[in-house]
Amino acid sequence: MSKRQKQIHLAAHFPGVNNTTVWSDPAAGSHIEFSSFAHFAKTAERAKFDFLFLAEGLRLREQGGKIYDLDVVGRPDTFTVLAALAAVTDRLGLTGTINSTFNEPYEVARQFASLDHLSGGRSAWNVVTSWDAFTGENFRRGGFLPQEERYSRAEEFLTTANELFDSWYGDEILADQATGTFLRDAKAGAFVHRGRHFDIHGRFNVPRSPQGRPVIFQAGDSDEGREFAASSADAIFSRYATLKEGQAFYTDVKARLAKYGRAHDQLLILPAATFVLGDTDEEAAELAREVRRAQVSGATALKHLEFVWNRDLSSYDPDGPLPDIDPNVSAEHISRGRAQVRMYRDPLAIAREWRELAAANKWSIRDLVIETGNRQNFVGAPATVARTINEFVQADAGDGFILVPHITPGGLDVFADKVVPLLQEQGVFRADYEGTTLRDHLGLTHPDEARTDRVAS
Amino acid sequence: MSSSSSASAPLHLAVALDGTGWHPASWREPVARPRELFTAAYWADLVTEAEHGLIDFVTFEDGLGPQSSHFLEPDERTDQVRGRLDAVLVASRVAPLTRHIGLVPTVVATHTEPFHISKATATLDHVSAGRAGLRVQIDARPNEAAHFGRRTIPRIEAYDSPAAQDLVVDLFDEAADYVEVVRRLWDSWEDDAEIREVATGRFIDRDKLHYIDFEGRHFSVKGPSITPRPPQGQPVVTALAHQTVPYRLVARQADVGYVTPHDTDQARAIVAEIRAEQAVAGRADQPLHVLGDLVVFLDDDQAGARARRERLEALAGEPYTSDARIFTGTPVQLADLLEELAEGGLTGFRLRPAVADHDLPKITRGLVPELQRRGRFRHAYEADTLRGLLGLDRPANRFAAA
Repeated sequence: MSKRQKQIHLAAHFPGVNNTTVWSDPAAGSHIEFSSFAHFAKTAERAKFDFLFLAEGLRLREQGGKIYDLDVVGRPDTFTVLAALAAVTDRLGLTGTINSTFNEPYEVARQFASLDHLSGGRSAWNVVTSWDAFTGENFRRGGFLPQEERYSRAEEFLTTANELFDSWYGDEILADQATGTFLRDAKAGAFVHRGRHFDIHGRFNVPRSPQGRPVIFQAGDSDEGREFAASSADAIFSRYATLKEGQAFYTDVKARLAKYGRAHDQLLILPAATFVLGDTDEEAAELAREVRRAQVSGATALKHLEFVWNRDLSSYDPDGPLPDIDPNVSAEHISRGRAQVRMYRDPLAIAREWRELAAANKWSIRDLVIETGNRQNFVGAPATVARTINEFVQADAGDGFILVPHITPGGLDVFADKVVPLLQEQGVFRADYEGTTLRDHLGLTHPDEARTDRVAS
Repeated sequence: MSSSSSASAPLHLAVALDGTGWHPASWREPVARPRELFTAAYWADLVTEAEHGLIDFVTFEDGLGPQSSHFLEPDERTDQVRGRLDAVLVASRVAPLTRHIGLVPTVVATHTEPFHISKATATLDHVSAGRAGLRVQIDARPNEAAHFGRRTIPRIEAYDSPAAQDLVVDLFDEAADYVEVVRRLWDSWEDDAEIREVATGRFIDRDKLHYIDFEGRHFSVKGPSITPRPPQGQPVVTALAHQTVPYRLVARQADVGYVTPHDTDQARAIVAEIRAEQAVAGRADQPLHVLGDLVVFLDDDQAGARARRERLEALAGEPYTSDARIFTGTPVQLADLLEELAEGGLTGFRLRPAVADHDLPKITRGLVPELQRRGRFRHAYEADTLRGLLGLDRPANRFAAA
């Protein structure tokens, strides 16, 4: 026992619009009504979680030219829900995914600065990018951005937003009723940004917020995405929640920090992780199998196979063998608005591999999709899950986890009630909040501490 | 049927919230809380006070640049409130803390995305269980266009100057398109689209989701929304209008228009013009409220109200002017004036408190009881939604098969 144990960070991802979320469960509630979000947020705050996380999508997914109808469809506006959640929570961080492609820096900076004021310093922004013309059809700009420019725009977007946040220093509002001086500085909020993607100037109209800037998350996995995170983000929302993959990702990204003059602890790695709890490990394993079958209905299995085959497979029996025909590699992809399909870079090879797997194991289409898809990361009795999470964090597979329950809104309750107390007993998770802001929870410094840009006046 | 007033009809009352109040020196009043302007507690206090007074709804001013004493260009004054929080988010922040009052944030059509604003106001409606609206505004300030860098707005002297007409018509036409998109997106999900049919594995009936396929001069939007139809079906659309071009926007697209008559004859003329435009737009049979905007200095005696206004003018160093009529007097006198103006066909009023922390309580604790005594205002909230409070039915979905 030489090294001090790392403290674990925990966050709660509101169940999303993919098949991880089991809407068919009798306990599943609304994905839209505010009461679901309030329940979820209050559970996370009761468990002293660092923050709640909301994803975003700006075009409903389609497959085969039709709106995809097998998963949860529809969600509310990220900012608006987070602002309302600030009213029913007191300490919980409020993290929202906001696209940098189909927004403008002035408006997004206003929204995050406002959210930070309205929550007393609890806002965070997961900066994502997209380029697809499909989503662009809902916006003024349309599909204007070549794929290779999406990170260049995202970086400049974030730089510009930071310039707007920093255009106020925090001491401009004097509001001296006796002398009549409201603003100490007539040019408060002045900014000029001249860049390739944004050429804007004027005055920002939201004074500096409690956190100075929102906490910045990044979720991209490409080499560019990792560099972007290493240079500019406070935390990464990663996909690698297994021990080996998590460690590899952790090592890779942390190693990139030095070239940006950043310290090891200035970027937190927080993989998304699913979980299934039972009274015993055996019970949890059985439950996990049931959840996987609920997540992959026969209809869902066919649709997931279509991601690889890229053709209509609706005539196949999901309980029967895999298709004999090969994937269609020539046409435009059958699925639109879904990042997952980009993972399948060589469909013919995958199809071969899957046919072999299915033959060897006597798997039907549905079996194959269940077995090759995302299994739950943490399955077991509460003590097992608590121990595993702690081991992963101490072994640098991450600095904590963003938990993704499969039931809305109550799927987090059992984790809060059964696992969190064990982590607290082990002294690796806070028993209560020590600070009021999300930066406090995450151990991040306030940007004002590093500010040296003010010209003496 | 147009919503029309009659001698005995109850009036609708809204309160327009803006910083510490509408007088530029309001922040210097002892009762004002200028240091709390950027806190949630401040806005929660004001809206809660309005709800105690059974007010129909509050509006939240907003803008995509600092406030200015010049109409269409920035200033560098340091003696007035500068800076504000995003109005939609302020409204959403107070929604869980209130139960009946309508919440109507300002949105700027000129520089924002109708897709984003449609889902934001739909979400405000979900969060507030049916109390959302929006007040749509154009932005003709060149300096604010430079905050976005996507279009150049030529400098004009005033909205109603002859040289400005082309620009103004264009911005309001765009705003009308914007509201059209927002409204179609609200309807892009039918109410019963979510079916959760376990047998077939279908979460939605996709035949009940609709592409809106809007193609306009300034933007095209495919749809459907990512957010299901809001509880009210269509949240309440409002706009402030001072002349024919914006009256047309009100007549074409709004549920509530705010106008600024200075006497009953003007009110009558404005209402007639809006009703005529409404008929031209083919909406003559649809309810449309026309509310009169007034700035109010309210005190228990008229001398007190006058003294307060003079004190604020002295602090500001100039007489107070406004687009709206400025009332200075007692709640009883204000009730008299509202009844008189209502004769011109107004169905209610949006009051702009000169000093928020003074004049808002005078509205809720002075004017409201006076109007109640006269049988012109509600004694309890009679509906759970803003449409309900305004006597507007929940509309059928335009995309649903009849």
